Amino acid sequence: MDVLTENFSLYGKGFLGTVELTVYSSILALVLGFLMASCRVAPVGSLRVLGTVWVTVLRNTPLTLLFFAVLLGLPRFGLVLPFKVFAVLALGCYTSAFICEVLRSGINTVPTGQGEAARSLGMTFGQTLNTVVLPQAFRSVIPPVGSTLIALAKNSAIAGAFSVTELLGTYKTLNELGYSIIWTFVWIAVGYLIITLSISALFNVMEKRWGVAR
Amino acid sequence: MAVDPLIELRDVNKFYGQLHVLRDINLTVGRGEVVVIIGPSGSGKSTLCRTINRLETIESGRISIDGRPLPEEGKGLAQLRAEVGMVFQSFNLFAHRTVLANVSLAQLKVRKRKKDEADRRSRELLERVGLASQADKLPAQLSGGQQQRVAIARALAMDPKALLFDEPTSALDPEMINEVLEVMQQLARDGMTMVVVTHEMGFARSAANRVVFMADGRIVEDRTPDAFFTAPESDRAKDFLSKILKH
Repeated sequence: MDVLTENFSLYGKGFLGTVELTVYSSILALVLGFLMASCRVAPVGSLRVLGTVWVTVLRNTPLTLLFFAVLLGLPRFGLVLPFKVFAVLALGCYTSAFICEVLRSGINTVPTGQGEAARSLGMTFGQTLNTVVLPQAFRSVIPPVGSTLIALAKNSAIAGAFSVTELLGTYKTLNELGYSIIWTFVWIAVGYLIITLSISALFNVMEKRWGVAR
Repeated sequence: MAVDPLIELRDVNKFYGQLHVLRDINLTVGRGEVVVIIGPSGSGKSTLCRTINRLETIESGRISIDGRPLPEEGKGLAQLRAEVGMVFQSFNLFAHRTVLANVSLAQLKVRKRKKDEADRRSRELLERVGLASQADKLPAQLSGGQQQRVAIARALAMDPKALLFDEPTSALDPEMINEVLEVMQQLARDGMTMVVVTHEMGFARSAANRVVFMADGRIVEDRTPDAFFTAPESDRAKDFLSKILKH
């Protein structure tokens, strides 16, 4: 218990760091995932290729390797940003590949006739997707999107290895100060639980709220 | 026969892989004409209907609507589809929207009408198909026949030049078929150009100007309903009619 009370501000900073990484990366992942999912179901061949390449590359790259590529690679091309921004980029892009696939499977649960009816009325691809297909796909993708974002919250720990302030990284300082390693990690685990359970709760509420009967 | 052609198909061919589903189709539908397409299942009649607004692409040939060739995928195609309504076998009402919203949606998005103007028009059309009182329900709360009538109202809301019906009554209980056919009869009397794929021979006899009989991807006969039903020329049509008119 002493570990927490005596180092509350350190824990607090780490906790907030992880929350920040999670929130910003989630937003980036959702936006990019949405765009890529749209590409993957687009009637234009080149867009479909773009979406497929994006998913294949990012989903099959180990996240740590992606962090190295972004944090060490991009500065070589003259792009120098704070490490935190790089971390958000790496996490967001990586997770967007998973979000894209989740959205695409959601889109596939909507009967093709729905899209055909919309197109036969003269709606464009974008209108069909946004007003007819996605609202119906939305309900079925709420649980898997929640899982993906929880995975993202936990993946953010990798950023700690690249000197970005986040929750897991606090153990190094605490260890040097001579605190019990077990209790240090117990409180770190509690911190992660608070974040991940909040995400679960949020998605449970969303599922109840938007679960429209077909 | 057609003085003022609205829909024209010339030498249309379509394949599903190796399967040649449409073979050298030539068909002209005049303005105000009602053409009924009948034939055994697998004869390509639904596919033919769906190529007219390019829900199915074709490998060769030309299709033009009102003198303009069917555009490639994009804005132009969307505009053309707004001019050609379509009614599906499985209704395809937007499951997450109310009946009223189903009819109004494309008016708002495609015709850019104001919300109150679109809703007024929708209620008018729902009245016309006898469903004004169901406006605020979800599609799943309606019977099949009611859903199909909403689908017809939704297609009419775009003020289309022509309507395509792809087996509109095939998914309906027998007792609901008539309520849909009556709406279609009324449209035919009002002079709507219609292409109807159906198994309803009664409708073909009473409402059609021409009956097109298809078999194995070809148009085998294209005649007036009277001539076709009383004296079919081809053996294929004789065989088909003898099977369906027996009981």
